[in-house]
Amino acid sequence: MRKSILRRLAIPLLVAGLLSALSSVAFAQEGPSTSELAEAINVMWMLVAGFLVFFMQAGFALVETGFTRAKNVAHTMMMNLMVFCIGAIGFWLVGFAFQFGSVNFTYAATASAAEWAHSPVTLGDWSGLLATPLLQFGQHGILGGSGFMLAGMGASSGILAFFLFQMVFMDTAATIPTGSTAERLKFSGFILMALWVSMFMYPLIGNWVWGGGWLQNLGRSLGFGNGAVDFAGSGVVHMVGGAIALAGAIVLGPRIGRFNKDGSANAMPGHNIPLGILGTIILFFGWFGFNPGSSLAFVGAGRSLAVTAAVNTLLAGAAGGIAAMAYMWLIGPSKRPDPGLSVNGVLAGLVAVTAPCAFITQTSAVVIGLVAGVLVCLATFGLEKLRIDDPVGAVPVHLINGMWGVLAVGIFANGSAVTAGWNGVATPVTGLLYGSTGQLVAQLFELVAVFVSVFALSWVFFKVVNAVKLLRSAPADELGGLDIPEMGAPGYTTVDMVMPGGRLVQQVPAGARPVAGAK
Amino acid sequence: MTKKIEAIIREEALDAVKEALKQIGIVGMNVYEVRGHGRQGGIELSWRGTSYRMDLIPKMQLNIILSDHNVERTVDAIIQAARTGNEGDGIIFIYPVDDVVRIRTGERGHDALMYADDIDTRK
Repeated sequence: MRKSILRRLAIPLLVAGLLSALSSVAFAQEGPSTSELAEAINVMWMLVAGFLVFFMQAGFALVETGFTRAKNVAHTMMMNLMVFCIGAIGFWLVGFAFQFGSVNFTYAATASAAEWAHSPVTLGDWSGLLATPLLQFGQHGILGGSGFMLAGMGASSGILAFFLFQMVFMDTAATIPTGSTAERLKFSGFILMALWVSMFMYPLIGNWVWGGGWLQNLGRSLGFGNGAVDFAGSGVVHMVGGAIALAGAIVLGPRIGRFNKDGSANAMPGHNIPLGILGTIILFFGWFGFNPGSSLAFVGAGRSLAVTAAVNTLLAGAAGGIAAMAYMWLIGPSKRPDPGLSVNGVLAGLVAVTAPCAFITQTSAVVIGLVAGVLVCLATFGLEKLRIDDPVGAVPVHLINGMWGVLAVGIFANGSAVTAGWNGVATPVTGLLYGSTGQLVAQLFELVAVFVSVFALSWVFFKVVNAVKLLRSAPADELGGLDIPEMGAPGYTTVDMVMPGGRLVQQVPAGARPVAGAK
Repeated sequence: MTKKIEAIIREEALDAVKEALKQIGIVGMNVYEVRGHGRQGGIELSWRGTSYRMDLIPKMQLNIILSDHNVERTVDAIIQAARTGNEGDGIIFIYPVDDVVRIRTGERGHDALMYADDIDTRK
């Protein structure tokens, strides 16, 4: 009895003691200023959101692996692991500098930084940093030229947090094409692809739309709305990843046996639907860092942008899943609530709302998601008709719905007051339904410029990799599964096989090549 | 005479069949996971909107070695437990067996099949 009273009293006493200690500290010395606090909260938001986006890697890995065959699981999982490792180093070496190395050059040249409603100025004083273009066109950078290996940036915690957030964004784009090229891409070719995306392709487009580049400045330079507006990257991340995915799938060609001579398609069922659905839920979770985090701030207008983005992300993802499920159940060929396309529908809704999420009403988010869910089904069947093999649906999800998301800004942006000053244009971001045509034109510019440049450059890249015979695995390796010839280990194995003296294998002396099929 | 019953049944019928065999005193059996098709010829499935045929359907196979005079009762018990009346209920094959040897004791033939409380000791 006495013990329990003591126990009951212990916690309130402890709390009271802590509170009095804290308040005496607060009164005894001057606390941080309001602006220091605001900056700290913004930087913390950047980190937390970045950690959430990082976890999307797990989602991508599971979706791609679940949707491919058991004989390729080690290969597919390794691509998803290594795309992050290689991408992180590539982005640190040059990618970040190409993307953001001239961001302050542009801001300073066009207006005072504060005039840009949505800029990293909320993360601290960056004056003099990231202000050197490598290539420029008038007042805008086309490619940044400072911040290589983060040289000179280490003292700014705001820039470091911003780097982390942008690196995991880049990785989201980089991991998209591993889905469309799965089950037949040589691992050495994949390494080159990861370098291509992280060091050049993604940073180039990122500079144009987010790093103060020409698309972002279309409002100031040509008077088209607020310039290309892409809140969290339907264009910068998903269209880029999707266009590389399309180029890769086309140059690689379909998996052996995917299409018949008469053009008809054969199903190649993925080996694990639970992995695919778990991965989708993890991606959805990560998207709450991806979209809301793109407010780049939480104090002031950032809070409103982040919360709007979060709720719209939730609704559009849900609507996308419902639309795809309903389409397959009522109209699609199998007349069933197809799990594979329902997964793609959720992701399609999320991709489509990524660009507009902070600028639209909740009703618009649902409409955008519903359209996305139907689009992803139609695009899947369209690709199959074109005999383009995309094992996991990367192109329908990321390219087609990335395009839809970029356009959706120009249609549904509701002119909310917190978006006034976006990209240095005084008026708020306003779409077609709210009386402005200029914004839709700017969005069309982004759509065409991103698709054409990424697809064309990446097509050439894949052709070159193909020419040096690093692109496609040998037919025999593909038929038997890439795990053993490429990785030297099957993804799924039994305890017996790996134990010393196991019944199914024999130990091989050191130095001998134990791998069947290895050269 | 010794016989072998090879019964191919639905995976989900295994527990009911095992229970029915236990009831009549069939003690020993081997069970295999197999794939195949008979008259039904497989089932239609769909992956991301493209349909395909799974013509080798997963089934369970029970192998039972027993004396000739127990075959009919055993077959009846399996049918009772495994039959739904729909396509895919399975099939039963019956073979002659030359001999049986129990490794531990060296017993042969009918003796090698005897267990405590089996179908014959019950009678």
